[in-house]
Amino acid sequence: MLKRIAVIDTEKCVGCQLCMFACSRRFGEGGLAKSAIHVKSIGGVERGFAVIVCRACPDPPCMKVCITKALVMRKGGGVILNQSKCIGCGKCVEACPFGAIFWDEESNKPNICTHCGYCTNYCHYNVITLKEVDST
Amino acid sequence: MIIDKVLYIDLSRKSFHVESRSELFEKYLGGTGVAIKLLLEECPVKADPLGPENPIIFAVGPLNGLFPMASKTVVMFKSPLTGNLGESHAGGRTASAIRLVGYGAIIIRGSSETPVYLAIHGEKVYFRDASGLWGVENSYTVGRVLRELEKGAGFRTIMRIGSAGEKMVYYANVVVETYRHFGRLGLGAVFGSKKLKAIVISGKNSIRVKDANHYRQVYDEIFHLAIKSSLMKKYHDIGTSSNILPLNELRALPSLNLRETSLKDAENISGENLAEKYLGRRVACSHCPVACIHLATLREPYEDEPYFYKTTMIPYDYEPLYALGSMLGITDPNGFLRLMDEVEAQGLDAISTGVTLAWATEAYENGIIKDSDTLGIKLRWGDYNSYREAVRKIVYQPNEFYAALAKGVEYAASKYGGLDFALSFGGNEMPGYHTGIAAYLTFLTGSRHSHLDSAGYIIDEKSAATGKKETLQEIVENLFKEESWRQVLSSLVLCFFARGIYTPKIVVKSLNAAGFEHVTEEDLRKIGVEILRNKYLFKTREGFDPNGLRIPRRILEKETPLGVLSEDLIRRGVEEFFNLIKDNKGLKDDFRIFS
Repeated sequence: MLKRIAVIDTEKCVGCQLCMFACSRRFGEGGLAKSAIHVKSIGGVERGFAVIVCRACPDPPCMKVCITKALVMRKGGGVILNQSKCIGCGKCVEACPFGAIFWDEESNKPNICTHCGYCTNYCHYNVITLKEVDST
Repeated sequence: MIIDKVLYIDLSRKSFHVESRSELFEKYLGGTGVAIKLLLEECPVKADPLGPENPIIFAVGPLNGLFPMASKTVVMFKSPLTGNLGESHAGGRTASAIRLVGYGAIIIRGSSETPVYLAIHGEKVYFRDASGLWGVENSYTVGRVLRELEKGAGFRTIMRIGSAGEKMVYYANVVVETYRHFGRLGLGAVFGSKKLKAIVISGKNSIRVKDANHYRQVYDEIFHLAIKSSLMKKYHDIGTSSNILPLNELRALPSLNLRETSLKDAENISGENLAEKYLGRRVACSHCPVACIHLATLREPYEDEPYFYKTTMIPYDYEPLYALGSMLGITDPNGFLRLMDEVEAQGLDAISTGVTLAWATEAYENGIIKDSDTLGIKLRWGDYNSYREAVRKIVYQPNEFYAALAKGVEYAASKYGGLDFALSFGGNEMPGYHTGIAAYLTFLTGSRHSHLDSAGYIIDEKSAATGKKETLQEIVENLFKEESWRQVLSSLVLCFFARGIYTPKIVVKSLNAAGFEHVTEEDLRKIGVEILRNKYLFKTREGFDPNGLRIPRRILEKETPLGVLSEDLIRRGVEEFFNLIKDNKGLKDDFRIFS
């Protein structure tokens, strides 16, 4: 069954950012350079947090603006990045209305969520989950 | 892989450069271990803590950015409060931002003529004009403005001072993000003396590891311990404020300037009560699943405007509840929260503020302090509105009396009298544990005069629970062992709350994964002792004398759960502790953990 990352309840987010660290750790490294999920306060931690991650659009605007066709449709929504085609122009970042495409300054390419769900294993507060895509 | 870069910033010249100091990080890991060596290098003998020669040294360690609960940054400086070693630890997003912008340590030298704030992004340091921000009283507002001005949301730390720092109150904090602090010992005043209003640092680099699978495996082991075992439960659930009830019951909760050791209504300011009626949000430091930061929601109606309410989020923890609660006889949670909010906004240390005000209240009662000194403020137990006013006066120092309070309780009592009930140790206002001799030995011998140095209160609490008293020798040896080991934890830099998870075995494993491949437990224990000894090199150099430590009479008058304290026994404990420090033979210069 096809799945995607879903944000269930940001009110329970404590801002620990373990999801962000997990995302980079998938690539076998520490730090945050490769993270495709982001948590930031919505104007001070007292007001809570925004959890920003690809929502797996069925008709992704990022894909439409990719001039080298490095972004292709993913089954179940969202996109897959072909690294060798990507020239790092950054148009996909601008096209995403959620700001859910992040930038790896070290490789100068976008961090695209693959909806693998690794990050959800580290969310102790059930803010994010891996959800089956409704195909109806 | 191993951090080595030190960023040197000169506020006088508005310049910066980077040096590799791998020899320090290879031997002393990072954090406290590296910071004390840098402080010995950078701080001239007998430096004026508020002069341009006093350096500020931030340091992170090899586990920051890699492992959960390695969420702290260490800062060292010479303290204006004690005139000696200043060391403070803060979480928030400080550690990940510093490590992931690429530095192991950041040193700030000199002093600016005009107000500035620093922005550190990528490889650049920007000196930004802060003349418009200077005089903005509320530390929250400063944070709010900088959030808009600077980039890096989610990847950054915003450290800043409130008015207390600008006015150089000796126990002014640096507030980080919101609700976390470099507290105690007056880093805020050192910022103020340098006309440094704030520092914003953003970073999101990668950290390479040699064996990715091994790294992930060790990570998962630690993560599962953190969320599944009971080790973090206290901090996770009710938080540190869960200490109020047991300490009150034990008659070890310093109250009314330690004229009492428990309060009838302490339950009102217990963690349990606050959680039930006020807890509005839980927040975590970056890379910590525990979320120990508890924020109360205070909803207050506007008196002159019906159906208008002000809703404020206010942090609480055990130490502020003791210092601004029981110590001042405030058991009305609303009153405590209002006072706490004022202390936070001004950027003061809660413990030092509370203990100083408690002394002032007793001195006012005794007639040592008069209405002409307090400028008409009636300092009375439980009267939080008067205390709120007094807090503002401590910051703005309109007369000699408030200027004395701004220098701490030791200074004020030396000037006005009442040293017998001025509760400070080594010049630092006491934390909230009247548990027994081990707690007081920690306050006296701990390198920061903080309960966190060697946690003697835990030894006392255990003895009280089991009825099994340790001998003085056992206590002293345990304190020495504990403080030495904590030097390792604060060099990595771990949160002390996670000390139960990061056992020596786990620390070795995580260090192995982080690139220190051959480190052993034995190496770490040795380096811990060496770091502690280095701190005492600095302290002795700056005039610290264990024989000159003052023991306030008040603590001998009130029975602890383990009986009445004897000054003679405390003095012997202090002496024996320093014999252990002296006995230790230093490591050879060519010793390296990283090989």
